[in-house]
Amino acid sequence: MSEVNVAVNPHAAVLMEPSPFAIPSSKLVMWLFIISDAITFAAILFVYGYLRNASVNWPTPFESASIWNALLMTFILVTSSLTILLALRAAQNDDRAAAVRWTLITAAGGALFAILHLREWHSLIGEGVRLFQNPWGSPMFGATFFTITGLHMLHVIGGVIALTVVAMAYRAGRYSLKHIEIWALYWHFVDIVWMFVVPMVYLLNMKRS
Amino acid sequence: MNATANSTSMTRTFIVYAIIMGIAIFQVCFAMLAGPQPILMLPLAFVQAAIAVMYFMHLAQERRVLALALIPYTIYVLIMMNMFWPDSVRLLHLRPH
Repeated sequence: MSEVNVAVNPHAAVLMEPSPFAIPSSKLVMWLFIISDAITFAAILFVYGYLRNASVNWPTPFESASIWNALLMTFILVTSSLTILLALRAAQNDDRAAAVRWTLITAAGGALFAILHLREWHSLIGEGVRLFQNPWGSPMFGATFFTITGLHMLHVIGGVIALTVVAMAYRAGRYSLKHIEIWALYWHFVDIVWMFVVPMVYLLNMKRS
Repeated sequence: MNATANSTSMTRTFIVYAIIMGIAIFQVCFAMLAGPQPILMLPLAFVQAAIAVMYFMHLAQERRVLALALIPYTIYVLIMMNMFWPDSVRLLHLRPH
């Protein structure tokens, strides 16, 4: 049935098949994006694992300060997943001010995460790590580290921008609860990717005494 | 807006949050004390991710056909990527000494 027919005849809408998933199409699209993005990250992490496994001199540069920093970043990201759920709950209760506040707090958590991550990058670059060279061993360490964490940070920064836009538009009444819910899905996904990055990139490359 | 998100229990959400953070802290402490063990770290990361997908992303509360449409194919692709591992070991053994 064409959209024109539905617009002309309001009764025609009831003839349309309901979604088999019982969710809005925009939410389904976000789920499909998340699945495809998960496979992208998985491929990059597999490449990293492959290179690491095939190298005898893979660097293990992360000292305890870096590990604690990674744990702090985990805390910030997981907590921001909690705050976006609080935003969602506030939106469900039609508490617009609280929904906007929690969404912006989530975005601030993401921004803080990105700042801590950039500090980590700055520290590694200061120690001589480049894309294809480092002072410790396999030159591919920098390529894989900056690719994995850089792509993740790109997602975080994109999420911060999206959440800020959604919060502003929701406050103005242009966006609805659905938009917060969809971007909450995205934000949880960013959180989930980090759960794999920490053990694979940081903990497995911890400096051994 | 579907009804699933409305039935979100914040108590359960806080419990899930505590479990995910608890696993993260355990991973770090274990790695510092006993050294990193991929055999332990990766399954724990999968547990964290599964809990987050089910309860933070509310997949457990959606219609089951959605999970069936999304999850098995993703797992299949992820498993298929494992066929490359033996080659990395081969490279390790073939490297010049």
